[in-house]
Amino acid sequence: MRVSALTDDARLLRPAPEREDLGCYRTAGGYGDGLTGDDLLAAVDAAGLRGRGGGGFPVARKWEALCMADGPRDVVANGAEGEPASLKDRYLLCRRPHLVLDGLERCALMIGAERAWVYTADAVTTASVHAALRERPVAVPVVVHQAPHTYVSGEETAAVRAIDGDEALPTAKPPRPFERGVGGRPTLVQNVETLAHVPFIAAHGAKAFRAAGTDSTPGTLLVTLSAPGVAPLLCEVDAGTPLDRVLDAAGLGWTPAGFVMGGFAGGLLGPQAREVRLSYEDLLAAGSLLGCAAVIALGAPDCPVAVAGEILAYFAAETTRQCGSCVRGTQAMRDVVAQLCAGHASADAVEKLDRWGTTLRGRGACGLLDAAAHMAASLMREFPVLVHTHLGGGCAICAAEQSSPWREPAAGRFAVAIDIDLERKDAA
Amino acid sequence: MKVKVDPTKCEGFGICAELAPQVFELDEWGYAAVLGGRDVPAALEDAVRRAAGACSVAAISTET
Repeated sequence: MRVSALTDDARLLRPAPEREDLGCYRTAGGYGDGLTGDDLLAAVDAAGLRGRGGGGFPVARKWEALCMADGPRDVVANGAEGEPASLKDRYLLCRRPHLVLDGLERCALMIGAERAWVYTADAVTTASVHAALRERPVAVPVVVHQAPHTYVSGEETAAVRAIDGDEALPTAKPPRPFERGVGGRPTLVQNVETLAHVPFIAAHGAKAFRAAGTDSTPGTLLVTLSAPGVAPLLCEVDAGTPLDRVLDAAGLGWTPAGFVMGGFAGGLLGPQAREVRLSYEDLLAAGSLLGCAAVIALGAPDCPVAVAGEILAYFAAETTRQCGSCVRGTQAMRDVVAQLCAGHASADAVEKLDRWGTTLRGRGACGLLDAAAHMAASLMREFPVLVHTHLGGGCAICAAEQSSPWREPAAGRFAVAIDIDLERKDAA
Repeated sequence: MKVKVDPTKCEGFGICAELAPQVFELDEWGYAAVLGGRDVPAALEDAVRRAAGACSVAAISTET
């Protein structure tokens, strides 16, 4: 993994490769004075900070809901980063844990939370948070809760359920955690990157926060870029920065055949997307999602149809088997794309795939089925000619893959390299 | 009146879509979802109540 600030106004990334301890964080101005209470809420509102876990929900609206809740309430810093191609949340908790805890503390005090959790999904991250809490306890009691690393374990209702001692599986909504969360109490579940922006807002105010970014996506954001042949790049950009800039920084010497956007949740985008600006509104307009801002550039060894097939197989394996539509839908979409890659899909099956891309949305308790449907729909929308070529078995890449004796596990090559890299660096 | 189907409970019996086809839509495999958001038009409230009562896994809940 490489780390690079592509902004003059880096707030989240630190050039030094080692973990930032309490002394370093304090020297850099951390845990200092700043806005509190209603002033902090007003600043977060004026800053236009939006949730960086993928949803992009306005942070001030969530905080207000918690402030208005009756009785005791809690907060969860969500660092269970389920998107396989994303690294940012684990980076923050492993390298800059105090930045997140500073944000968590300010947030907990603002909303009047009695208890806090840091919710993680791997042992390295958990250890880093424990170490930071030993250096400096937070002003409210904090428990670190480690869940299994699955696609859905970071979904907000799954986090609540896991902390309550059950399995990390999503529940039907409503109620959402801000209404009924941990132990039945109103609970704010906030992504760790979101919390990491709070100390900056508390110290410098809304106007300074908005010095970077767009009107609808103010501030900076962390982007994880992976591509065949280059080390994954984690970078901080001003929201609205063209994807091209990130590709250049990663040292990509070739033109991508397309992209997997927003983690796996934003589906595929064609090669034209290299000019897209990285903001909620620009990606939505492009038919995709900013999501957690993980981007996979597809290169010469990748057939976008085969990539969609791998990711749909991943979703079919990661479904928690709670919702019938999700179990059957992910399998059905996976099977059609597998048939396409094998060169024996029927036109009728492809028509169904196109339909499922729309009709299956909103039918699961969590976003997994939506993400799978988005993948199917985006394949049809972004690569219609390529899909047509596959109908007749005319893809040379897929034909070679089909005859290869060993195939990578679904989606594995997008994920594992990043994970191992992070752990190695921390172990060293 | 608002209605929702808990997708984690639905087992695809499909009685809801027989009783209130304007509200409940089954997917390819028979699992139900609520069409057009959660708000139920007044004229369909009775049918939705019957559907909620008839669901053998109690996947349908209503609130007024």
